[in-house]
Amino acid sequence: MTKQYNFAFFDEASKREIRRAIIKGIAVPGYQVPFASREMPIGRGWGTGGLQITLAIIGKRDVLKVIDQGCDESVNAVNIKKLIHATTDVEITEETKRASIIQSRHRIPEHPLEENQIMVLQVPTPEPLRHFEPREAATRVLHAQADYTGAWLNLFDQIVCFGTTTTGADHPVKVNQRYVMAPSPIPRFDNLKLHQSPNLTLFGAGREKKIYAVPPYTTVEPLDFKDHPFAVEDFRGKQCTICGASGVYLDETVDEESGKTLYRCNDTAFCTQQAALKGLI
Amino acid sequence: MQALVEKQRSQESVFDMSDPKEKTMAHTPIIEECPTLVLQGLSRHFGSCCSYCQDENAQLERNVCPRCGTVHALRNVSLELFPGEIVGIVGESGSGKSTLMQCLYFDQEASSGTLHLQSYDGGLHNAFELSSQERLRVRNTMLGMVYQNPYLGLRMDYSSLSNIAEQMISSGNRLVETMIGRGSSLLDEVNIPERRKTEAPRRFSGGMQQRVQIAKALSNNPPILLLDEVTTGLDLSVQANVLDLILRIRRDFRVSMLVVSHDLGVVRMLADRTLVMLDGQVIESGLTDQILEDPQHAYTQQLVYSLL
Ligand SMILES: Nc1ncnc2c1ncn2[C@@H]1O[C@H](COP(=O)(O)OP(=O)(O)OP(=O)(O)O)[C@@H](O)[C@H]1O
Ligand SMILES: [Mg+2]
Ligand SMILES: [Zn+2]
Repeated sequence: MTKQYNFAFFDEASKREIRRAIIKGIAVPGYQVPFASREMPIGRGWGTGGLQITLAIIGKRDVLKVIDQGCDESVNAVNIKKLIHATTDVEITEETKRASIIQSRHRIPEHPLEENQIMVLQVPTPEPLRHFEPREAATRVLHAQADYTGAWLNLFDQIVCFGTTTTGADHPVKVNQRYVMAPSPIPRFDNLKLHQSPNLTLFGAGREKKIYAVPPYTTVEPLDFKDHPFAVEDFRGKQCTICGASGVYLDETVDEESGKTLYRCNDTAFCTQQAALKGLI
Repeated sequence: MQALVEKQRSQESVFDMSDPKEKTMAHTPIIEECPTLVLQGLSRHFGSCCSYCQDENAQLERNVCPRCGTVHALRNVSLELFPGEIVGIVGESGSGKSTLMQCLYFDQEASSGTLHLQSYDGGLHNAFELSSQERLRVRNTMLGMVYQNPYLGLRMDYSSLSNIAEQMISSGNRLVETMIGRGSSLLDEVNIPERRKTEAPRRFSGGMQQRVQIAKALSNNPPILLLDEVTTGLDLSVQANVLDLILRIRRDFRVSMLVVSHDLGVVRMLADRTLVMLDGQVIESGLTDQILEDPQHAYTQQLVYSLL
């Protein structure tokens, strides 16, 4: 096969520019570094931010895993995998433990990550203050002054209107006791995995042209109120009907025939591995 | 002694619309020694000024420099505000009233001048020269503002309760229940019905929006309130309610207020003392009744007689 592209699609200068933004992001944990987001052969809003990071850091000996909505086999994940594979020839895996780079959209894998692994998260809306303040110039000043009233106010407003902040993903976190950051649309369950984790996590927003990072062993604290403490999705007393796992993020489905509520692992790769280990499949 | 003064004040400020004579009495201000706010020589211009208009006595065309076109929205404005006092600011459209209020609230930078606040540091430093973080603190704890345009003062897409909680959150409150409690009682104070407290003000009438703004301005118990045309554009009956509310606030919370209006009737009803502004300058000041009975400046005379 004749290669029509440089290794990892980008020319070396582009990769260097993206890496420079990544390094700055690592140096200032949680701070959104602007970068010259490129046009990609995938539409913006489909993970181009994460993809650009992956292409900028990937090397020939890397092993890549791509997750979309907890599942490795959905269309978007497949396309991203194909593009990266076609331009790098790196090994692709579904096994979290074997991957050196893991790109994901909605989840951090259940299997704990290690120091030699890099988590790349795709971010649609990187600015946690955007709803509070629509102007980019103004949110930058708020970050500079560490004025995060707007982030708390959003949570307060949710409590006033819905009685709880436990409605959605992308719950804002404070990183290294300085910058408030949107952790990307991962469930609150996964917010805790960011705290003091041994691996590096990189965040890429293609449309908004921002890169930010949580370096290994960094303090990551979800914002909350004293009388409304942060709480993760509650799966106590429930387990996966396929592999039997508990203490993991479960999807709820209703069995058509019996009408019973069934739970199964959202992280399908993890589920398959657990089931195999237990000799269930 | 202090208690005596307070007792006297609370009796005096009871608002009674029935007898204008009595009202005149009630408006006699008690001047305590220490003003809560002292503003000196405030100027604010839009444009870069030239050698001609740098001279503060230079003749302008209204508030515009004839040589360089710089707009002098405020020229050398000074005023004092005492505890529990209401000072009115009147003047025609474009005279600089809103600019003055926004400079005092740090929304706009003063071009020159000094501001000293008793409640901040005993009036030691010029508040115009504080860091932006310190200014935010002053704003959050010592000042309440009601904007002429409610869209400037409210977050229209957040619930009324959230609007009121904002300043409390900003000054470090992390207890939802206390903030809801305080917000709820302030909204009671301004007669917002229970079920609308969790609603966003975008869907409220103008009068309700102004009342939410007032409740918001009171959230941190500030010693000073800045009210910019609170009643403009409201129905007469709603106007009367809001004016009544303002007097009740002074009586119950002993707040000092600067009240801007181009309506002399409003100022007559509220203000102990009044400043008259024209083209960015204060052209006359004194006890409200004096100014209304016996205006000195030709412009003020015109203004007062047109009211009668
Ligand atoms: N951003 C700006 N650039 C230039 N001129 C300005 C700006 N903002 C205000 N001005 C001018 O400053 C002057 C004072 O305006 P200001 O809004 O303070 O008047 P006002 O007394 O509040 O009027 P109104 O009664 O209509 O509310 C006006 O001449 C106005 O045109
Ligand atoms: Mg105005
Ligand atoms: Zn000039």
